[in-house]
Amino acid sequence: MNLDRRHFLVMLPAAAIAWKYVLAGTPDASPNYTMTDHWWSMLIDIPKCIGCGNCVRACAAENDVPDGHFRTWVERYHVNDWHMEGPEVISPDGGKEGFPAVAQSAGGGEGFSSAPQDEGKYFFVPKLCNHCADSPCTQVCPVGATFIAPDGVVLVDQTYCLGCAYCVQACPYGCRYIHPEKKVADKCTLCYHRITKGLTTACCENCPTGARKLVDLKDPNDPIHAFLKTHYVQVLKPQMATGAKVFYNELDGSVR
Amino acid sequence: MSGVEGYMYPNEITLYWSVLIVLYPYITGLVAGAFILASLVRVFNVKAVAPTYRLALLTALAFLIVAPLPLQLHLGHPGRSPEMYFTPHATSAMAMFGFVYLWYLMAVLVFEIWLDYRSDIVHLSQSTTGWLRRLYRIMTLGSQNISPRSLAIDHKVGWIVTIVGIPSAFILHGYVGFIFGSLKANPWWNSPLMPVVFIFSAMVSGIAAVLLLYMLTTWMRKMPIDMPCVDTIAMYLFYIFILDFSLEMLDLVHRVYEADESFRTLNFMVHTRLYFSQIVLQICIGTLVPILLLAIVQVTKLPALVRRRIYVVSGCLVQIGVFAMRWNVVIGGQLFSKSFLGYTTYKMALVTREGLLVAIFLTILPLGILWVLMKLLPPWPEKEQGSLEPAA
Repeated sequence: MNLDRRHFLVMLPAAAIAWKYVLAGTPDASPNYTMTDHWWSMLIDIPKCIGCGNCVRACAAENDVPDGHFRTWVERYHVNDWHMEGPEVISPDGGKEGFPAVAQSAGGGEGFSSAPQDEGKYFFVPKLCNHCADSPCTQVCPVGATFIAPDGVVLVDQTYCLGCAYCVQACPYGCRYIHPEKKVADKCTLCYHRITKGLTTACCENCPTGARKLVDLKDPNDPIHAFLKTHYVQVLKPQMATGAKVFYNELDGSVR
Repeated sequence: MSGVEGYMYPNEITLYWSVLIVLYPYITGLVAGAFILASLVRVFNVKAVAPTYRLALLTALAFLIVAPLPLQLHLGHPGRSPEMYFTPHATSAMAMFGFVYLWYLMAVLVFEIWLDYRSDIVHLSQSTTGWLRRLYRIMTLGSQNISPRSLAIDHKVGWIVTIVGIPSAFILHGYVGFIFGSLKANPWWNSPLMPVVFIFSAMVSGIAAVLLLYMLTTWMRKMPIDMPCVDTIAMYLFYIFILDFSLEMLDLVHRVYEADESFRTLNFMVHTRLYFSQIVLQICIGTLVPILLLAIVQVTKLPALVRRRIYVVSGCLVQIGVFAMRWNVVIGGQLFSKSFLGYTTYKMALVTREGLLVAIFLTILPLGILWVLMKLLPPWPEKEQGSLEPAA
């Protein structure tokens, strides 16, 4: 470092002030946060999702998600009028880079304009950990390394996890994976490091249409209460009885 | 995406339970089955199979020692596995493994073997020299008392241990089935029949394994094979096999008839990716053929040589069939998407920690351990009654 005497004298008081904070140690991660005051979940407004993949990219950047694994991903459904139970679903690289355009013509050769392929309907479904209140993944963990925090967020203690992958098998939604380098279970934390500081999650923050909203069911002023009263809202795979807390507005019956 | 057909949730493309997790229920099944055969002699007083009693116990021990290794090798952090003992999670079926395993190893198998061999060990500790003598001395645990009274007590306690051992063997293996059967997320696994099917297939594979080992070791020692003994074992094998097959078919028929939301997906999987391992290996070659062979022996009067050959062939086919069954459960349960919209492929590695070579090594290892155990504690029937020659 090239430091002359003038710079040194300027830096000295700044360093002295900084040193005071160094000695004070690391501050509490979130000093004013009381876990029992919250019950976190998320609202996903399907008609608003445009499949841009911003949420997937934001999550990967914020949480250092390894390539090929996803804490959140977006699926595109194509439901044909004749095959309601057999939708065509794609999620190329988790929808991280968006989706290919729907082919406007099919079957016809060059110069032909045949019937458009997009019969039926297309829509996007963002997925993430449902932070289930009766989560099957925390039930099966042999050492209790994954648990439901008092604020309703399902977390993994990665310093404790054996990496047995039983929780991966137990999740009906495919939300967990084994981190290829850390060799432990990894999943959406609902950006716990952010929400405990009063911020929203990276995916919600970066959604350009407001299709994803972090909600706190214990907060009486949260707009979620009014929303749930006035909309048709569903959770994924309700037959699994996991107490899933990610609410989907106008969820199509074909989604699984 | 290579190996993916249709749609998988993106995190489902990799399989996390490998061939080692296939091996684990296969090995514990052999343990439970071998022990049940031993208990036929001890508790149910089936005298004819007595020549295999000690061999069955040693076989169970050899495989039980290896049973936790595939699990351990599969863990992302093997060093943290003691946490299952120190901080077990009460709602987890898997957390019970350590306790069930230790209980079965120490309170049932090792205890029973020690009681049964105690007078032999005392004799051996007197007739051998050098380090063997010291080893046998340690194995006596300080008790040289082999008076008729003390041996009678041994016998009585051994009987109680076997009585306790039978439900323990059922728990050891039934609980492995429960690990799979209790997961509601996976329709291929989720079935209350799973633990029962696991127990019966375990008995089939364990009894067949002891039958094979008995014939092999007797042949290697150039001794005559006790035909009433192998005939009786084959008879038990046949009847338990029928029960096992009925249960598996009940499960299958129920799934086909009920045809719930997962049926199309699973049906397609069984007819494509699992066709060879499920239809060909497990059901045809591994079940129907040996059942047919064993049935022929039951209803006809065949010469001893033909019977022996039939037993060897069906014993080997049973092992293939039961291993295929474990494979189809563990690997099959991960090949389809929980969205029921697609399939992935299992690519077995060769030399990695969870690869094929390790799996082969872990399959052979129990046989090596059994060889050592047989040298140390000879199980041969003609040398019982405490008149053992020095081992090795």
